Amino acid sequence: MRCKKMVDVGRRQFLRGGALAAAGAAVTTVAGAPAQATPANAQVDYPSSRLANIADLAVNEPLDIEYPDADSPGVLLKLGTPVEGGVGPDGDIVAYSVLCPHKGYYMGYNAEDRTLNCPGHFSRFDVEAGGQQVWGHATQNLPQFTLRVDDKGDIYAEGASDLIFGRPSNVL
Amino acid sequence: MAYKRQIDRLPIPPADAKVHNVTCHYCIVGCGYKAYTWPRNKQGTLKDNAFGIDLGQQQGADGTWLAPAMYNVVQQDGKDVHLAVVPDPDCVVNSGLVSIRGGRMAENRPSRVTGTQQQRLTDPMVWRNGTWQPTSWDDALDLVARVTARVVTQGSEDDLVVSMFDHGGSAGGYENTWGTGKLYFQSMKVKNCRIHNRPAYNSEVHSSRDMGVGELNYSYSDYEVTDTIVMVGGNSLETQTNLFLNHMRKGLENGAKFISVDPRRTVTINAAEEIAGKDNVLHLAIKPGTDMVLFNALLTHIVDQGWTDDEFIKASTFQGGEAVAEGTGQPAGLGSLDYAMQSCRTTTAEAAEICGVPEADIIKAAEWIAKPKEDGARRKCVTCYEKGVIWGNDNYRTIGAIVNVSLATGNIGREGGGCCRLGGHQEGYYRPSDAHVGRPPTYIDQLLISGGGKVYHVWACDHYKTTLNAAEFKRVLNRRSQMVKDAIDAAAGGSREELVDAIVSAVNAGGIFVVDVDIIHSQIGQTAHVILPAAESNEMNLTSMNGERRLRLSEKYMDPPGSAKPDCLIAAGIARHMERVLREMGEDAYADQFKGYDWETEEDAFMDGYAQGNPEVTYERLRAMGNNGVQEPVVGYEDGKLIGTPRLYADGKFDRHGRDDKKALFCAAGWRGWQAPGKAQEQASHKFWINNVRANIFWQNQFLDQDNDFIQDRFPYPFIEMNPDDMAELGLNAGDLIEIHNENGATQGMAYPTDTAQRGQVAMVFGSPSGSQGNVVNPGVNELVLPDYKHTWGNIRKLADATPQARAVSFKSKEYKA
Repeated sequence: MRCKKMVDVGRRQFLRGGALAAAGAAVTTVAGAPAQATPANAQVDYPSSRLANIADLAVNEPLDIEYPDADSPGVLLKLGTPVEGGVGPDGDIVAYSVLCPHKGYYMGYNAEDRTLNCPGHFSRFDVEAGGQQVWGHATQNLPQFTLRVDDKGDIYAEGASDLIFGRPSNVL
Repeated sequence: MAYKRQIDRLPIPPADAKVHNVTCHYCIVGCGYKAYTWPRNKQGTLKDNAFGIDLGQQQGADGTWLAPAMYNVVQQDGKDVHLAVVPDPDCVVNSGLVSIRGGRMAENRPSRVTGTQQQRLTDPMVWRNGTWQPTSWDDALDLVARVTARVVTQGSEDDLVVSMFDHGGSAGGYENTWGTGKLYFQSMKVKNCRIHNRPAYNSEVHSSRDMGVGELNYSYSDYEVTDTIVMVGGNSLETQTNLFLNHMRKGLENGAKFISVDPRRTVTINAAEEIAGKDNVLHLAIKPGTDMVLFNALLTHIVDQGWTDDEFIKASTFQGGEAVAEGTGQPAGLGSLDYAMQSCRTTTAEAAEICGVPEADIIKAAEWIAKPKEDGARRKCVTCYEKGVIWGNDNYRTIGAIVNVSLATGNIGREGGGCCRLGGHQEGYYRPSDAHVGRPPTYIDQLLISGGGKVYHVWACDHYKTTLNAAEFKRVLNRRSQMVKDAIDAAAGGSREELVDAIVSAVNAGGIFVVDVDIIHSQIGQTAHVILPAAESNEMNLTSMNGERRLRLSEKYMDPPGSAKPDCLIAAGIARHMERVLREMGEDAYADQFKGYDWETEEDAFMDGYAQGNPEVTYERLRAMGNNGVQEPVVGYEDGKLIGTPRLYADGKFDRHGRDDKKALFCAAGWRGWQAPGKAQEQASHKFWINNVRANIFWQNQFLDQDNDFIQDRFPYPFIEMNPDDMAELGLNAGDLIEIHNENGATQGMAYPTDTAQRGQVAMVFGSPSGSQGNVVNPGVNELVLPDYKHTWGNIRKLADATPQARAVSFKSKEYKA
């Protein structure tokens, strides 16, 4: 399903987010002084990454994205009808991680019934129902990316609903 | 809204986290996991952690990942600790794979920190002053013992009815089956008892055992090297998930053919096609209940073509005609192949007619099973079967017909062979003899419905969700137990003696006193007068064996909630109170029978029971064997390792029937149509066949999953798969709440449009808390009181439009589509 069309993944924003998370995890001790923890935010800081412009999207044609960083592949979709979590003027634009939250296989998009399907162990997820697992082995629904559309029609990803496969933190 | 966890970061297990061996306590496959626990104020880092990998890197497919459902905060030795339960890549059963059930073990633990499973029972409760009141163990057990002792001494032990699990995993296992078994089969001789999933105390596979073939005779590795897999009434991708994904899959990738015998197209068939290619998968979508005819035709064709394994038949099976005659405990004669053929002989044309499948497909199946290869080598074939035939038509003869084919082709006791139950729970049965129960046993549900029994002890069973004829069962038990609640309420404020008098008067007037031992306040528990909170696997040490007889110790890593205890120790508590009360009553001889329960721990119960019969096996030795354990029977201990048995009957000697000649018997499986009473008539007078099915997402009757948001979000009502044209005809939309009704009762669920469903056939998920399929199953059972849940017919009507909850879920096909 990997579409060849590469999009802006907001690399700069990603790096900033990653650095913040790393600082949050660190604990520094100064010799001779009382131990002092660097305060960390309670919530992961997500990068704001430009994924595409609405004009780049055609109904039911998946666009490859990477969010929150280049190691986390995802898909951006315009579905043509308003759906749960959908953004844009038609409320129909959604984005998901495409790593199966069962064992991390790269899923393919079935445009006919609008599902993401895992070739590893046959799980499938409904992109029209908030990434709900239709049937499968994952113990969660698909991480759905939180989207924002600005005045120019640029679509930004700014968060995720669930933990992405293969990482202890969505922002590494 | 699809359920979102809103979790974007998890604690990291530190390198010095405690590590515990865990066998998944859900299905029979028993996947290996490791449980990591560590103090609340500690954590690992991306570079230095319990997994020994750089967690700062995105892990690839099959990489180590702690999913949110694998994490929780639980109590361990009275302290809150982090818990991570992750699949074990070194366990040969699952090789690191995880199912949607096992992957949620941590999340389905009770936690007062994260708020999970707050439905778990924490303290004993007694019916007092119009409701259930928490109390101490001594108070609750004293009441149980006083009422039970009074009733069985005034009448007999036949007035005590017991429902008790016989399985491993969950809250079962060798410890707990022994505790309950010793109480009811040794201290007492209770014959009015039943098992969790059937209305009597009996085997699901009497015929296989009577033929000499224990039903779990292979090793899972046999699937990897076989030529053909035959699955009958099974759906392993859903119900034995990692058996399919880790073993059957390898067989299919190695070139094995796959035959599914099932009226319904399942996701297992879909997956087999994806792996092996459609040309190597044969789905025999037979008419419901006709499996026996199919297997008789396969046997006939194999015999007539000369594809039998004559050497094996001569050496390992009975040769002298009839060995055991048909009788009251024996719904078919047993004997030599020639003898059985007199009853089994069925042409492929006859079978095609009765089963409703093409004759050519039956012949193809016979070829895939037994036609020798071009070089003359015999084909290896594994046959597996489960509830589609176990809870099906004419259980005894149907399973006999299946085992016949495996015996005739020499496919038992050999690598790449086997003829096995797939299984539901793990096994973990060790009890004193049940011979006093008799064969056929008492039909317990009917006994209770007809007013029998005065005291009812229920151990981890919720028949309200799962039994057959459930509507009537519930009506009667509600009424009879309410009589005792009323009597208790009327005796409020009186002495213990007056309370017991009031209860005994009520049960003598037709009421029933109910004691429910469970981990949650179940539906049947609503009838209880005393509720005793039990522990589960990993809240105690627990031993079980899986579907290839692999015995493991699943270790305790957390405290049970509140004052909950392992079932074996609850049974011991009942026994000790019985002894004390009986002695007070002057029944010294009877009281002496309740000695021998001075167990402090579950390990004491294990040593008192299982280890007596298997002296090589101890907790310490099992712990050392880790998640790969040892395959039973254990035959020795050498070089620090327990020595097991990979495959039964490798020597060609069959002994499950107890015959001295150790020869397997064939079953004279003569076809007689619908065997259980009422089935033919019900079929003729209703529009839809109501298939009773399972789903991978639910463990059994959802006793934990009913309190799990991820699960309930997916199916807020039990699904009823239905052909879209049938739905259109009834004016139904996806998710509409519908009622299935017939003369037995009614139940409800939501319509799930399924294009592969045949017209006139619907498939309803079993055991749901919000719609019991058993309500509409008639009381018909076979001669040995095996229920036929699978064959129910009813009509369907719309109850309501889809609720907002139902409208929000996906109704797309469950089949993988690339």
